[in-house]
Amino acid sequence: MMPKLNVSNAVAALICAALILLPVYSAATGNIFILTLFTRITIYALAAASLNLIMGYGGMMSFGHAAYLGIGGYAVGILAAEGIGSGFIQWPVALAVSALFALLIGSLSLRTRGVYFIMITLAFAQMAYYVASALSRYGGDDGLTVYKRSDFAGLINLSDRNQFYYLCLACLFGGLYLIWRIVNSRFGLVVQGVRSNEQRMQAIGFHANRYRLVCFVISGTICGLAGALLANNTDFVSPAVMYWTRSGDLMVMVILGGMGSLFGPVIGAIVYLLLEELLSQFTEFSGLILGPVLLLIVLFARGGIMGLLGRMRRV
Amino acid sequence: MSEPLLRVDNLVRRYGGITATDNLSMEVIPGELHAIIGPNGAGKTTLISQLTGQVMPNSGTIRFAGRDVTGLPSYKRSRLGLARSFQITSLLKDFSAIDNVALAAQAHDGHSFRFWGNARKERHLRDTACAALERVGLGKRADIVVSQLSHGEQRELELAVALATKPQLLLLDEPMAGLGVTESARMVALLKELRKEVTIVLVEHDMEAVFALADRITVLVYGRVIACDVPDAIRRDEEVKRAYLGEQHAVTRHG
Repeated sequence: MMPKLNVSNAVAALICAALILLPVYSAATGNIFILTLFTRITIYALAAASLNLIMGYGGMMSFGHAAYLGIGGYAVGILAAEGIGSGFIQWPVALAVSALFALLIGSLSLRTRGVYFIMITLAFAQMAYYVASALSRYGGDDGLTVYKRSDFAGLINLSDRNQFYYLCLACLFGGLYLIWRIVNSRFGLVVQGVRSNEQRMQAIGFHANRYRLVCFVISGTICGLAGALLANNTDFVSPAVMYWTRSGDLMVMVILGGMGSLFGPVIGAIVYLLLEELLSQFTEFSGLILGPVLLLIVLFARGGIMGLLGRMRRV
Repeated sequence: MSEPLLRVDNLVRRYGGITATDNLSMEVIPGELHAIIGPNGAGKTTLISQLTGQVMPNSGTIRFAGRDVTGLPSYKRSRLGLARSFQITSLLKDFSAIDNVALAAQAHDGHSFRFWGNARKERHLRDTACAALERVGLGKRADIVVSQLSHGEQRELELAVALATKPQLLLLDEPMAGLGVTESARMVALLKELRKEVTIVLVEHDMEAVFALADRITVLVYGRVIACDVPDAIRRDEEVKRAYLGEQHAVTRHG
């Protein structure tokens, strides 16, 4: 399907353009802060987009998605600490371990539905958190410093601010493109069909859980990539990235931006992290304002910000 | 009599103290339209759900096309050619009519672990879906989202979805439920056409429709078969009249 010209697509296109041009602006004004902020935002946008794949399209409310951020990050951090600095090894390992973890918790938690699914994914993520806290060789509670960013044999220099930003942006766009293809594929239609009516999908001949599980694994793998990026961005990885509040942050980004819309999580990540950043300058209780904002969105704007924009074209 | 397409032996399903299916045996012959009637709570939907695998029996066997399918999950039975429609409309509400049908066709067209190509552009799936929609008279409503369709149209769509799986046996659970007079008449006309192509098990409350369509009728009461015969014989059956229809509601009047 050709993307239609409407408000939400126009906004998405504008944001993409702005993200691409951001380093130019940053260089022209000497504002480095905005570049580092948006590097973080693109990484979280990728993580939120991966969560949206299972939550928005697949109807699986995972409350443990931050676990993959940590797993991807620790894969990079631990390999770096052991002297394996090549990104060509670190990153595939980060993806593979994330995929395996998703396969493990997916095959157990997908036996349940609803609240139980939420609780089980949460429990697994918390287990990952405590395991990481117990890794005394790799910093335990205090976390692990990544002294050298992933090395891509001169292909790209992750320590260069602009190059790293563009790498994150490329991963985000690549991830979104992948999700877009998946969502419209045979596989994607089945997953969305199962979200809509599982019994019906079984009755017409689909083994629902098998498709759910594969979707869950794809989502976890993409989030693992975001984790690898995040460890490089902060030069540090700690159990805190896996804490349940982080999973909550990701969920909020998805809901804020619009569940089940391709670009929603990106907008959600931008708005959420910008608000958090702005509010933290005035108050340490940023949650006091973020909470009600989320409440308003959930109450009055089903489909999040993208949903609101989508409705505008009809006005 | 030819080899039965579906054969149920001594099926039992209990819910707590209630025996919804009580040692039930029946056969469906290829090509027939076999109606199942019975008062509310006779266990008709429970039976259909056991036939399609949504509900597992406590004991007994179900053989379909010469194969024991008792333990098979519903998606596998669907692949063998067993399709059902639901009494309470069960569709993908946020999908368009054609997407609902195309997904049914897709389910029977190899595996769906294809992640890249746009499924909505697969010609043969769309064509199969269009044909099934035309079949039930929804050709012009293909792109409408299910939740925007009328109740009657949703009932027809249920049928189109089942047809798109190219079933050998179609289990219809009250296709006329909640339909108006004209809609019912359309549905009966449609079923008259369909029965030429596919074996049908029809659960229905609308007696007029049942007696107009059925080759044979099985009467269920309290999960038990009390009669199974051609419509004329059922109409005359004293036990059926007593147990199910009541004296004041004799079938002959409809007939």
